[in-house]
Amino acid sequence: MTQSAAAGQILVEDGPDIPEPAAVPSRRRRVGRVLQDVIGGVIVLWGAATLTFLAVHLMPGNPAVSYAGGVASHPSKSVLAAIIKEYGLDRPVIVQYLVYLSNLLHGNLGYSVSEQMPVSQVIALNVGPTAELTLGSLVLAWVLAVVWSLLTVRRGRIISSIGSGLEVLAASLPQYWLGIILLEVFAFHLGIFPATGGSGLQGLVLPCFTLAIPIAGFLGQVTREEFESALEQPYITSAKARGMSDWGVRLRHALRHAVLPGVTLSGWALGSLISGAVIVESLFSRNGLGNALLQGVTQQDMPLTIGVVLIVAVVYVVATILVDILYQVVDPRLRSAGQ
Amino acid sequence: MPPAEQRNNALMTVTNVSSAIDQQPGIVRLGGRARGLSPGIVLAWLVVAFLVISVAWPGLIAREAPLAVDPAHPLQGPSLSHLFGTDQSGRDVFSRVVYGARESLSIGVAATGVGLAIAIVLGFAAGLGGRWADTVISRFLEVLFSFPSLLLALLFVAMFGAGVGSLIIAVGIGSAPGYARMIRGQVIAVRNAPYVEAAKVLGHPPLRIMANSIFPNAMRPLLVLGTLGIGQSIVWASALSFLGLGAAPPAPEWGAMLAAGRDFISSAWWLEFFPGAVIVATALAATALGRHLQRRLEGRLA
Amino acid sequence: MTGPMQHDQDLLTASGQPGKNLLTATDLRVCFGSGPLAREVVAGISFGVRPGECLAIVGQSGSGKSVTARTLIGLTGDGSQVSGRLEFDGHDLATLTERQWRSIRGARIGFILQDALVSLDAVRPVGREIAEPLRLHHYGRAADRRARVIELLRQVGVPEPEMRSRQLPGELSGGLRQRALIATAIALDPQLLIADEPTTALDVTIQAQILGLLEESKRRGRALIVISHDLAVVSRLADRVAVMRDGLIVEQGPTAELLGHPQHPYTQSLLDAIPSAHSRGTHLSDSSGKARAPAVLSARPGGLAAQAPLLVADGLVKRYKGPDGKVRTVVDKVSFELHRGETVGVVGESGSGKTTTGRIVLAVTSPDEGEVRLHGQPWTSLSEGQRRARRQHVGVVYQDPLSSFDPRWTVRRILSDALPAGYANASRAARIRELLHQVGLGDDTLDRRPLLLSGGQRQRVAIARALAPEPEIIVCDEPVSALDVSIQAQVLDLFADLQDELGLSYIFISHDLGVIHHMSDRVVVMTHGRIVEQGDAEAIFRHPAHPYTQRLLASLPQLSLQPELSGREPAYDRSA
Repeated sequence: MTQSAAAGQILVEDGPDIPEPAAVPSRRRRVGRVLQDVIGGVIVLWGAATLTFLAVHLMPGNPAVSYAGGVASHPSKSVLAAIIKEYGLDRPVIVQYLVYLSNLLHGNLGYSVSEQMPVSQVIALNVGPTAELTLGSLVLAWVLAVVWSLLTVRRGRIISSIGSGLEVLAASLPQYWLGIILLEVFAFHLGIFPATGGSGLQGLVLPCFTLAIPIAGFLGQVTREEFESALEQPYITSAKARGMSDWGVRLRHALRHAVLPGVTLSGWALGSLISGAVIVESLFSRNGLGNALLQGVTQQDMPLTIGVVLIVAVVYVVATILVDILYQVVDPRLRSAGQ
Repeated sequence: MPPAEQRNNALMTVTNVSSAIDQQPGIVRLGGRARGLSPGIVLAWLVVAFLVISVAWPGLIAREAPLAVDPAHPLQGPSLSHLFGTDQSGRDVFSRVVYGARESLSIGVAATGVGLAIAIVLGFAAGLGGRWADTVISRFLEVLFSFPSLLLALLFVAMFGAGVGSLIIAVGIGSAPGYARMIRGQVIAVRNAPYVEAAKVLGHPPLRIMANSIFPNAMRPLLVLGTLGIGQSIVWASALSFLGLGAAPPAPEWGAMLAAGRDFISSAWWLEFFPGAVIVATALAATALGRHLQRRLEGRLA
Repeated sequence: MTGPMQHDQDLLTASGQPGKNLLTATDLRVCFGSGPLAREVVAGISFGVRPGECLAIVGQSGSGKSVTARTLIGLTGDGSQVSGRLEFDGHDLATLTERQWRSIRGARIGFILQDALVSLDAVRPVGREIAEPLRLHHYGRAADRRARVIELLRQVGVPEPEMRSRQLPGELSGGLRQRALIATAIALDPQLLIADEPTTALDVTIQAQILGLLEESKRRGRALIVISHDLAVVSRLADRVAVMRDGLIVEQGPTAELLGHPQHPYTQSLLDAIPSAHSRGTHLSDSSGKARAPAVLSARPGGLAAQAPLLVADGLVKRYKGPDGKVRTVVDKVSFELHRGETVGVVGESGSGKTTTGRIVLAVTSPDEGEVRLHGQPWTSLSEGQRRARRQHVGVVYQDPLSSFDPRWTVRRILSDALPAGYANASRAARIRELLHQVGLGDDTLDRRPLLLSGGQRQRVAIARALAPEPEIIVCDEPVSALDVSIQAQVLDLFADLQDELGLSYIFISHDLGVIHHMSDRVVVMTHGRIVEQGDAEAIFRHPAHPYTQRLLASLPQLSLQPELSGREPAYDRSA
C-alpha cells in the first residue's frame, strides 16, 4: 500500500530540474498490454475448461452416463463403452483431464445426443443468429443510453428525475416479462412485428428491444452519473468561459468522459446479453446458442451444455480484450507514455 | 458483476462529493433530500408492507386458496371479483400471487444469503490472505466471470437437476462472483485506509485492528449489497422458473406462474402481466431501499 | 500572422482610455436558492478595474470571492440571482442574453481557473483546448488557428510548442500545464483577464513563473482580476487589493497601503496569521503577538546539542519501481537528528521525498538502506512485533485528518481507542476530557463524528489522538496545508503551545517555507530525495548556501513590496 502511495507521488513529481519525460510513442507498450490481456484470457479459458471438467466429474453418477446424455436417455452398453474409450474414462483422472483438454484444443467438443450431431456442428449452426441478436442489442442499448443521457441529464429537476427514474425502471425489467409485454402489444394487438421467427430485420426488432432496454437502463445509469460529475468539473467551466454553449460542452467535452465507464461495462453487458439470449430465444422461438444451451440443460445433454458454456467463455474473453483496446481508443490517456 | 463495481464507484463518487462539499463551509450540505422521504421511497415501503402481509398473513388479502380450482370460470380477465383474472383452471391469480410471495421471497432471500456467504469467504480470504491467496482467488473469480451469471446457474442446474433447492444454490453461485469482487475491493480499501495505519502507529496489535477497524468497516456495505441483491436474486430465480428449471406448476410461485402462463400468452395476457409486475415491483422496491440505505449510511459515516 | 495583429488593433481601439474603469461592479449581490432557504453569498460589493491594472480579491474559503469571479463572466451557476450593476467597457452586462454572453466570454474576458490538471479536458490534446476559443469566436481558418496555437504556446514560455500542443494535459508538468491553461484564456487577447487561484496547486518556483506571466499581460495594458486566498501571492502582482469576508468587501485600497496600514481588524488578523520570519517565536492567532517562552526557539542553550539525540536518521534510502518499470530513488542517503524539545522542519517541493522520509521515521515504510534509531536503540530495523511496545513514543498528524479517523467512530471513541491500556473507566473518561481541553476543544465535541466537525476542529482531534499515548515525538506531515490561513495560525499556535507545555519534539514536514520558518529550530531542505542543506533555521533562511535553497527562497512571494511603506522588515535576505 505504501508502495502505491509513493508511486502516485512520483507521478506528480514536478521539480523544475527534471527534464520532461520524453513522449515516446508507446506502440510497444500497447502491444505488450494486448499481449498481456491475451495471456490472461488464455489462463481464464484454461480455468473455465478445468471447471467444466470438474463439473462433470463432481456430478452425482457416472461421468460416462452424463456424457452419453444422462440416465434418461438410457445409453446402451456399447455406447457407454465407446464413450469410456473416447474420453479415457477407464484411466486415471489426470489422464482423463489431459485427454479432455487435448480434445478441446482440437475443437472436439464431444457429441450431442439430443441433437444427434457433434457439438461443434450444433454451435456452428447456432452462433450466427445469436451474434446477430446480441450485437444488435448491444448497439441499440448504447444508442438508447447515450441519447437518453444527452437529453435528460441536468435539464432541471423534473426532467432529470424522470430520466433517471426511467433508467432505474428499465434496468429492473426482467427480459422475460418485458418480452411478453412487447409481444402482447406489438405482435398480438398491433400486429406490427411478428411474434416468432420472422424474416430478417422485422423479426429482430422485438427480441433486440427486449434485450437492449434493461441493458440500456444499466448503461444509462452509469453514463448519467459520469455525465453529471463531468458537467461539474472545472474543465467544463473553463470551456464555458471560452464562450462554448451548453450543447457544445456536452458533446465536445462531457460525453467522452461519460461513456468511459460504460465502455468498461460493455464486456459485462455482452455476458448479460448472452444470458438474456437464453430467455429471449426461448420466448421468441428463435434458433441460437441460448436455445441450444437450454436444450442441453433440460435434456441433460452434458457435452452440449459444456460446449455452449465454453464458447460463451471464449466470447467473453475475446470481448474483454476488445473492450480494453476500445477503451484505449476512447481514452487517449492510456495510450500516452505519461500514464 | 460490474453493477456491483458500478455501485462501488457510485459509493466512491458520493463520498468524494461529500468531502469536497465539506471543505467549503460556504456550501450548505445537501443531505436533506437524501434523508427525506421521497415519493419513490414511500412507494417502496408500501410494496414492502404488501409483501410482509402476503408472507405473514396471506389470508388477510387473498380471498381464495391459491390452489382452489373453479372449472366454471377459466381464463377470465381482470374484474372486481378476480382482480388479476383467473388461470386455465379458474384459479384466482391475485390469490396465487399473494400466496406465492412466501416461496418467491424465500428463494430470493436464501439465494442472496448463499451468494453473500460464498462471497464473504472468498472476498476476505483474498483481501487479507496475502498476495498469493489474492492472486489465486482473483484468477478464480475471473474464470467465474467468464460465465455470465445465468449460465453459471444453468450449469449448476444441469449438474444437479431442476428444483427449488438447486435453484437457490444456483442463483447464489451465479451472484457470488460479483459480491466477492466487491467485498474484496472493500476489504483492501479498508486495509489500506489511513485510519488503519493510524491505529498501527498507535501500536495496536493486528488482531485488535482487525476486530475494531477492518472487519466492521469492510462489512459495512453488506446490508446495502444484500438489499440490492434480493431484488436481483428474485428476478434471476424467476427467470430460471420461467425456463422451467425451478419450482414446478401449479405451485403458487411467481416464476412458475409465468412459466405456466406461457401457453396462453396470446389470449390471456393477465396470466403473465401480473406475476411479472409483482416481480418488477419487488425488485424496484429492493433497489430503491438499498440505495436509500446506502445514501443514509454514507451521509452519516462519510 | 496578420490575424492576431489585426485583432490587437481592433481591441485597442475598442478598449477604453486609460484611467477609466474597464469593468465596474456596483452593489453586486448574488443569492443562491429562494424563499427561506435563500443565502446571500455576495452581499453588495463594489469595485472596478482599469486597463493595465491588477485588482486582487482576497478572502478565505466561503468569503464569496470565487462566486464573484464567476458572476463577472455570467457563469454564477444554477439557481442563483444576481443583482446590482455590472458595467464592462460601456455595456451593461446584466442585460446580456446568453448568446451575447458567449460572444464576450473568451474573446473579451478571459478566465483562468486554478489547477490546470482539472481545468483542461484530460482526454483532449492541449493544442485543441487552446484552439477552442479561436474556433468558437471564428478566428481565421484552421491553419491560422494552428499557427496561433503555436505562437501562444511560445508566448507563455512552453518549449517545443509543436510537440507540446499534441500532448494531453496529463503528459505535461504542472508548470507547463498551467501555462497552457493561461494560453487558452489569452488566445484572443481579451481586455480583461480573471484568474481564480491561478497558482494554488503549484510549487513555489513554478508559482513565481506563472505570476510573472500574468504580470506580463498586465504590462501589455490588459486589466487583471486575481482571486486568491493568499495575500502574499497577490501582493506582488496587485495594484489594489480588496479583502472579502462573508460576501462583503471589508477593505480595499492600494496594495502597499493596505498591507502597510490595514484599517480593518480583519485585514490585520489576516496579516498577522501569515507565518514567516517576523512571526517566529510569537503567536499568530491573536494580535498581541505574544511571545513564546524564551529558549524554545532557535536560541536554545548550546548544551542541548551535547545531549544524545532523541532520534537519528542515518543514511536512509528508499527506492520504488515506477509504473514504467524504472527504479526511482525517492529518498537518497537522508540523515538528520532530532533532539528533545526541538522542531526539525523538512521542506521541499512535491516529489522531493519529504513525505516518504516522514513515513520511514514513523516505521510504516521500511527503508532499503540505512536506519532510524530511537533513544539510541534500533527502531526501523526491528520487527513490527518488537517495535509495537515502543510505538507510543512516536505519534503522527496527517494533512487530511478525516480519512485518518474510522468513519464509524465519535471523537470519544477515537480518543479512547488511542489511550494506552491500563486506564480504569473513570480515569479514562477524565483523560479524554483532558486531552480535548489540551487541544482547545469543548466537551460538546465528544459525541460528534469527525465528518461534522470543521477542518480546524478535525485537526485538533487528530492532535489530541497523537497526544493520547504521551509520545515524545510527533511526525507532522503537512498538518496545516489544507486549512485557511487564520485556522492554520490557530493550529500552529497549538503545536507551539503543546511543545512548550509537554516538551515534545516535532518533525514538521511542509512545502510552505513560511510555516517551516515559523515553526522550526532546524531545517532540512530536500529536493529529488536528497538533503541539499540542513542546519539552524535562522541561518538557512538568512544565508542559504545551496543554489536550490536560494532559488526556493527567491521564488517565495513576499508580503511587502515596499518595506519602507509597510514598516515591516524584509522577510528574507534575497541578496544572499
